[in-house]
Amino acid sequence: MTSIELKTLSIKKAHDALKAGEYTVRELVDAYLAEVESSNGDINAFLHLFTDIDERVELAQQMFTDGTATELTGIPMGLKAIIAKKGQVTNASSKILENYKATYSATVVERLEAVGVIFLGSTNTDEFAMGGTTENSAFGVTKNPTDTSRVAGGSSGGSIAAVAANMCLAALGTDTGGSIREPASFCGVLGFKGTYGAVSRYGAYPMGSSFDQVSPTAKYAADAELVQRVMRGADEYDMTCLPSNTWESKVNKDKYNIAIPSSLVDGSSDEVKEVFNKFVQELKEAGHTIEEVEIPILDTVLAIYYVLIFAEVSSNTARYDGMRYGLKAEGSDLWDEYKKTRGKGFGDEVKRRIMLGTYVLSAGYAGKYYEKALDLREQLKVELKEMFKQYDFILTPTAPVVAPKIGVMAGDPLTEYLMDIFTVTANTAGIPAISMPTGNTPGGLPVGAQLMAAWENDDALLDIAKKLGK
Amino acid sequence: MTEIKDNKIIGKTTGKEYFVTIGLEIHAEMNTETKMFCRCKNDPFNSQPNTHICPVCTGQPGALPYVNKQACKNVMTVGVALGSDLADFSEFDRKNYFYPDIPKAYQISQYQYPLVSNGELSGVGIERIHMEEDTATSTHKASYSLVDYNRSSVPLMELVTMPVIHDAGTAMKFAKELQLLLRTLGVSGASLEKGEMRIEANISISTNGYFDGDFSKLGTKTEVKNLNSFKIVGQAIDFEVARHLAILEGETEGQIVQETRGWDENKQATFSQRTKESADDYRYFPDPDIPKYKFSDLPEFSKDELAKDLPELPWDKRERYGNQYGIKSEDIEFYLQNPTFGDIFDSASAELNSTDEYKKLSNYISSDMAGLEKGGEAGTLDNMKGKEVAEMVKMIVASELSSRGAKDMLLEMYKNGGTAGNIAESKGLIQKSDPEELKKTILEIVEANKAQADAYKAGEEKLLQYFVGQGMKATQGSANPGVLAQIFKEVLKS
Repeated sequence: MTSIELKTLSIKKAHDALKAGEYTVRELVDAYLAEVESSNGDINAFLHLFTDIDERVELAQQMFTDGTATELTGIPMGLKAIIAKKGQVTNASSKILENYKATYSATVVERLEAVGVIFLGSTNTDEFAMGGTTENSAFGVTKNPTDTSRVAGGSSGGSIAAVAANMCLAALGTDTGGSIREPASFCGVLGFKGTYGAVSRYGAYPMGSSFDQVSPTAKYAADAELVQRVMRGADEYDMTCLPSNTWESKVNKDKYNIAIPSSLVDGSSDEVKEVFNKFVQELKEAGHTIEEVEIPILDTVLAIYYVLIFAEVSSNTARYDGMRYGLKAEGSDLWDEYKKTRGKGFGDEVKRRIMLGTYVLSAGYAGKYYEKALDLREQLKVELKEMFKQYDFILTPTAPVVAPKIGVMAGDPLTEYLMDIFTVTANTAGIPAISMPTGNTPGGLPVGAQLMAAWENDDALLDIAKKLGK
Repeated sequence: MTEIKDNKIIGKTTGKEYFVTIGLEIHAEMNTETKMFCRCKNDPFNSQPNTHICPVCTGQPGALPYVNKQACKNVMTVGVALGSDLADFSEFDRKNYFYPDIPKAYQISQYQYPLVSNGELSGVGIERIHMEEDTATSTHKASYSLVDYNRSSVPLMELVTMPVIHDAGTAMKFAKELQLLLRTLGVSGASLEKGEMRIEANISISTNGYFDGDFSKLGTKTEVKNLNSFKIVGQAIDFEVARHLAILEGETEGQIVQETRGWDENKQATFSQRTKESADDYRYFPDPDIPKYKFSDLPEFSKDELAKDLPELPWDKRERYGNQYGIKSEDIEFYLQNPTFGDIFDSASAELNSTDEYKKLSNYISSDMAGLEKGGEAGTLDNMKGKEVAEMVKMIVASELSSRGAKDMLLEMYKNGGTAGNIAESKGLIQKSDPEELKKTILEIVEANKAQADAYKAGEEKLLQYFVGQGMKATQGSANPGVLAQIFKEVLKS
């Protein structure tokens, strides 16, 4: 069997090799499966492999024979356990859906499989994407491939770690408050979240419906871009999807104006700041303009984000009641059955969010919390709109800290929520954002930087990342 | 127990004045091709359970709603017909609660911004009409329950009246008129028996007067549900009014509590189903899966655009039938309720031009033709061409066709179709009124009935009827009896 160098492989390189016949789709997939075989036991990136890999491999190879292959044909990818793939167990890393086989495929899965992508398996996540470490998975934590005593981050930790540990070329996650960007930062790979509505959410189990975006992770910006371009575009199953021609009129620049909200960034750990400052220097040397700014409303975004997220979670998770699918615990009557099923099926963090969300939506409290947060969300959009009149991007570290040690965050949800301080803004406002690897701390831990752009300026983010050689 | 005076009820025991207030909440399923938020067929009654289902209407993880535009148009068309205000801004909300028939554990409905506000029907003010989705259907067995999701997410409109109704009769009239309107507009089957239209009545009694915008003026209300005929709506309201009054007057023990009540057909009484300790907390919030609507940006939803497709509305039709044709109001209601007959009347009346003809036409349609349809004869109303029915009426007016002949002609048309002229000829239904031709026949009859002729001549004048009868027999009913009598008289005189 041909030996394939997976560590530095890109989708482009793999495609060229497949096209030239240097190796077959089977050989490429087997090379990755061999990595899964050897590393996954320790890393726990994949929860399980899919049962249709062999037939997908054949179909992809056939596309090369037919001349219908495109860049993504035959490319092995990971799929977050929260994105439905028909006939395959898609359990959101939750006991309540432990053996649930999806009855349909998400739009993104259909679109990628149509061009010959091969999804190898279901990747670990915090239960229903609620968390930033994957420690809230019912099926164990995903370890950080750089340092297995640390978390990979989350919630899309399984997808990120699978890419970082060479178990697939790219993967899909979802990003509700940083779930693709934060683990990308922790594991030293790239994560991209488009403008809200860029990619169909149909088939992605919702956490916060007005925040969620299906998002790609890969080692290289060009690879994430290839995946994003196939995924995005209007979908007749998602009314919140943007029209397919949204991106046509956007023009990339040679040099960009970048704003850094300094006082917010100051709250980061010293080791993060050190790597971040080097990256700022790199940007300046590349000829981009950097200015320090104050955006006071960013201090309130965490509060806005969590109030609204809790509210949406409480409603989005209510359908898991054991009546039609998933775990069902017998009870003495209907209500007892609901209580027992949901009590047994959900983990602590999901329960915490359901309770808080129910509270903020309750009569008498909705005005104080939910509606206030909605107003502030609009205010945030107004202020960011002003900001983006002057600047192309807003730059921060992706996370204020490096990947925490496993167990540190357990039982400390507030500290865990604080890790999202830089990432939640993009989801709350609906703007695109990218996290790119910028180097390691002296201790060898990856640190990512995040760029946010104005609504629909998704391509500019991928453009600068490519210009920077990411 | 009580007496009604000046629209108020005077308590017999205490002499207090009571003011009855009734508000209606009426749900109607829209008869669109597909469901409200997915592309499943909207056919909840005629299929095997759980055959029109998909990830969306069974609440699979990750499935999202997609709004059925036609259903929204239907609701807004009802608004246009009622002279209501159509929303410019509107949104869908989630109404959160747990039950097996609501697969997402929330119903997509509208809370703050209904599609339609205000308007009036049958003299009753309307508060709002909003769009939502129906639930699945549950069947409860002894030890288990079955749920059929064919009905899950069928488009449903909910109309809420102002609390301005004061008696059961007005409530029933309103509900019937709404049913007629929905059917006329073609937006709903609106059958109460099938549950396509569901009526809930809110009943309260106050001693402070009627609703004037101040809800605190009203008494404690009870809500009566599952009223599956207009008659039961009336009975349940009357029962509740009497029950409230008896409590208020101190004639029976207990107190009025805010609750939902059902109707027990056997006992002819309402019964408590669910007590509302306080308002249910459905935690409404805007559904983030559905973009908000600004209808001024969507011309297809404009009042003018929707008004283009409006058929003739019931009240316009009543006025037209009354003014233009002068037909009986029973007939008018019959046509409104049975548009197939109304259509026959419309196309036939277009060929006629006197009130006498219109009335005759209407009589034949509403009694004879309706009788054929009811009587189970093998035939179809499709055979009844307006032009031919009009032709028949003209023949009757011209005394060419007897009423007996008309009935035969209608039956023939109903069975086999055909023109009035052809049927009259082939069945020999034309009344013979030519005196010369009839005279020959009559002379033969007189010749054959000498004894009777002599008796008549001797003064037994009632025998004229006998001769006319013989004449009808001889002409197989085609003679005009009046003309026959005239000729017999002349012949027998000589």
